[in-house]
Amino acid sequence: MTTLVRAHGAPRTAGAPADGAASASAAPPSTAARRRRSGPRVPVLGWGGLVAALVLAVVLVAALAPTALIRLDPLAADPLTALAPPSAEHLAGTDSLGRDVLARIVHGARYSLVIGVAATALAAVGGILLGLLAGSGNRVLDTVVARAVDVLASFPEILLALVLIAFTGPGLGNLIVAIGVAGIPRFARVVRSQTQLVRTSGYVEQARTFGLGGARLALRHVLPNALGVVPVLATIGLGSAIIGAAGLSFLGLGPQPPAPEWGAMLAENRNYLRVAWWGAVFPGLAVVITVVSATVLGRAIQRHLERSAA
Amino acid sequence: MLRLVLARLGTAAVVLLAAVTVTFLAVYASPGQTVDLILGENREDAQLRAEIVALWGLDRPLLVQYSLYLAGLLRGDLGTSYLLRLPVSDVIGEQLGATVALTFAAFAIAVLLAVTLALLTSGRAGVVRRVASGLELVLLSIPSFWIGIVLLAVFSFQLGWFPVSGGAGWQSLALPAFALALPITGLLSQVLREGLDRAGAQPFALTARSRGVSPLAVRTRHGLRHASLPGLQIAGIVVGSLLGGTVIVEQVFGRPGLGGITVDAVYGKDLPVVLGVALVAAATFVAVSTIVDLLALLIDPRLRSGAARRRGATATAGAELAAAAPGAVPTALTTDAAAEPLLVPSLLPEPAGSLTRGGTR
Repeated sequence: MTTLVRAHGAPRTAGAPADGAASASAAPPSTAARRRRSGPRVPVLGWGGLVAALVLAVVLVAALAPTALIRLDPLAADPLTALAPPSAEHLAGTDSLGRDVLARIVHGARYSLVIGVAATALAAVGGILLGLLAGSGNRVLDTVVARAVDVLASFPEILLALVLIAFTGPGLGNLIVAIGVAGIPRFARVVRSQTQLVRTSGYVEQARTFGLGGARLALRHVLPNALGVVPVLATIGLGSAIIGAAGLSFLGLGPQPPAPEWGAMLAENRNYLRVAWWGAVFPGLAVVITVVSATVLGRAIQRHLERSAA
Repeated sequence: MLRLVLARLGTAAVVLLAAVTVTFLAVYASPGQTVDLILGENREDAQLRAEIVALWGLDRPLLVQYSLYLAGLLRGDLGTSYLLRLPVSDVIGEQLGATVALTFAAFAIAVLLAVTLALLTSGRAGVVRRVASGLELVLLSIPSFWIGIVLLAVFSFQLGWFPVSGGAGWQSLALPAFALALPITGLLSQVLREGLDRAGAQPFALTARSRGVSPLAVRTRHGLRHASLPGLQIAGIVVGSLLGGTVIVEQVFGRPGLGGITVDAVYGKDLPVVLGVALVAAATFVAVSTIVDLLALLIDPRLRSGAARRRGATATAGAELAAAAPGAVPTALTTDAAAEPLLVPSLLPEPAGSLTRGGTR
């Protein structure tokens, strides 16, 4: 049962206390001795995780060096080939200005990745700080921070981001801040409960009886174990940040034309849907593939962490 | 029991009041900006400026303004739009119907699809399960506005079954509702299926099977009731993400609704309208998650004692993580921890502090 559930990306089994990332990351490092059941041929993150990592690597290459993947210019308009269907020359067709859709998608990876990574980093840093503050053991502090996070979380993330943009105006930097702030509650809540879990767990109690205390205990034992879930959250958070960025760009609140941002491309080409479906369908597909990969990779990392700690 | 209910209501009230206060501060604590926005072109006119300040009461002490704002809210007054010069409540009220209709339609579709999918795939091993969880993952990762575009391309433009845009009749509601519902379906089905699996592992399921009840009947008649609890628990998340998603999906389909006025207001920096919409969404979210938490107490007696026992215990032990897994008895809480928020990888807020998750006092 346990292996079955794990194998399907939903790592929860009732009544098997060794399961779940919380107990896994809270397990004392010293007893994490059980080796991975090493089938020699299954990669560390599993096949799904490997494929997801490869896809993300391609996205990364597209973001860093798009010209290495495609030679066509994403901004070069050519009215003669406007709205051309997919062909050998233009694999994903062209848009209303005759620009190659695939070239624009490849070059657009940079926007999505930059926004996604920066916003996730912002959310993670803010969330970790708040979570540690709340989980530190001071009850008043905990209540205040937890309520503040509740307030932040009671606004739907898209609307919260829209509110922030209403203050700051559209643009790349403001978009990053808006999506980052909207993502803080997720990190804060998890880090808070992880900190509480670790702080009250047996091995920390034990370290305390051995006379360890204060900063040393916090830094060496509580912090590393409480933050064990952060990589998983961040990888999956990357996916939602990219969806959020595409959504707000679709509304025209992200990078401005002619920037080949994926959400902006959806908006540009939506009007030509009747005659040229490819212009709006392929950029969205790029979003979906990237987000699925991020989620799969995040879960693979989570399973790996559980397995090596179980 | 009564204490639990009161505590939950108190938490909801605190969160709501804080949201209102933040909203107030956002609009009113920057009077210079407010006046500039209202004045628009006539920014330099000192006399007009003084009149506006007096008219809007911007020269009064902050606390007076705050109490006036609160009193207004109680009467349903959300302020006045800078751009439209209309009460925000009128602006929102005019468009609310279309958005509510879309949200309810999407919710109904999502529940129907998710329950079907979960009933058919729970308790199965191998390929069926793999396909189901893969499908859920993909659904969760698709932006609803892109689903909308694909549905438009196929069903409106290619097949011509549905109108391309507009807000009249069920035909115009069908595609946007599906676009909104599919990501939610992925989330809900995931949670329900895990609930069903958990219920299937309980002794009562074995007893029922041994009486000769078929597996599907056990799941439908007994398991679903157990699984509905975690499903119910994420209703707050679901409603929140529906309300957020409608803003964009309405734009895709050119539908009337809150989406259009929100986006226009964001462009025009019309803060009262943006914040009014956000406040309505937040209030809905808080109300739904509160009701759902109280319902959970009603449905599952174990939670009453469980939550009571956990109150005051120092180790709230990852309860925060088990957001949507209140069906588990308290001892299983740590087990379920950490998996839960990972099930919610899209733009989904989590419910405001809930009883069943312990950690809120």
